[in-house]
Amino acid sequence: MSMQPNQMRTDLRRVRYLGSARSGTTGSAHMRLTSLALVPLTIGFVWLVLSLVGKPYDVALHTLSQPLPAIFLLLFILASVYHMQLGMRTIIEDYVHGEHAKDWSLAASLFFCFVVGIACVYAVMRLSFL
Amino acid sequence: MADAQSRPGVTLHPRPLSPHLSVYRPMLTMMMSIAHRITGVALYAGTLLLAWYLVAAASGPHAFAIAAGFMSSWIGLIVLFGFTWAMFHHLLGGVRHFIWDAGYGMDHPEREYLAQATLVGGIALTVLVWVLAFLVR
Repeated sequence: MSMQPNQMRTDLRRVRYLGSARSGTTGSAHMRLTSLALVPLTIGFVWLVLSLVGKPYDVALHTLSQPLPAIFLLLFILASVYHMQLGMRTIIEDYVHGEHAKDWSLAASLFFCFVVGIACVYAVMRLSFL
Repeated sequence: MADAQSRPGVTLHPRPLSPHLSVYRPMLTMMMSIAHRITGVALYAGTLLLAWYLVAAASGPHAFAIAAGFMSSWIGLIVLFGFTWAMFHHLLGGVRHFIWDAGYGMDHPEREYLAQATLVGGIALTVLVWVLAFLVR
């Protein structure tokens, strides 16, 4: 039974969600990091969308397959899905209190973010390499 | 709480609860806080549009025509307009949170100004981008 300094609880007590998992501020810090990244990425995304407005298929395809737009989109997508996963997690934890309802909601949200993220990344890669 | 209740001879007074939405006078800062969350949820769902557009573009001209057709329809334009506003409102709301994280803008007049700037700035940027979109089209 290992006890950390300043730690009056046993390991068993702690793992039963009754103590600090020592990762309490990770989500908060990552939320701020992704926010910071998303400020320039969102402005760039709006710029990219404006360059695609009303463009026919072949022109849109050409733009999206260029390295810079593709890299920019990939960064925007990855930062976005991670950011929105953290945000939805906060909302679920705030409003969904049933233990099972909360766990299933968190799982569903995580799956949604993965599906959206993988779909977008796959599409951008295919546009670039095909 | 449970320990105090089981103690004999102790009268428990109801503890003060934080006022809830129904008894709180609506304030701009509070509305902006709620709007930040709602726009966040809208953007969360709205990523499906981006995924649809990109997957359609990667799938071929037919799929792309369907996606582009929806997005240039009236319903599509309204949804995209709402998406644009949600994005700028949430973006400025995030900047506001950065200002607070740095320890500024929490006093009375400042936080009101920040809330107003978020509201007006979000609408202004949305209109600006849509004017640009119609100009470059």
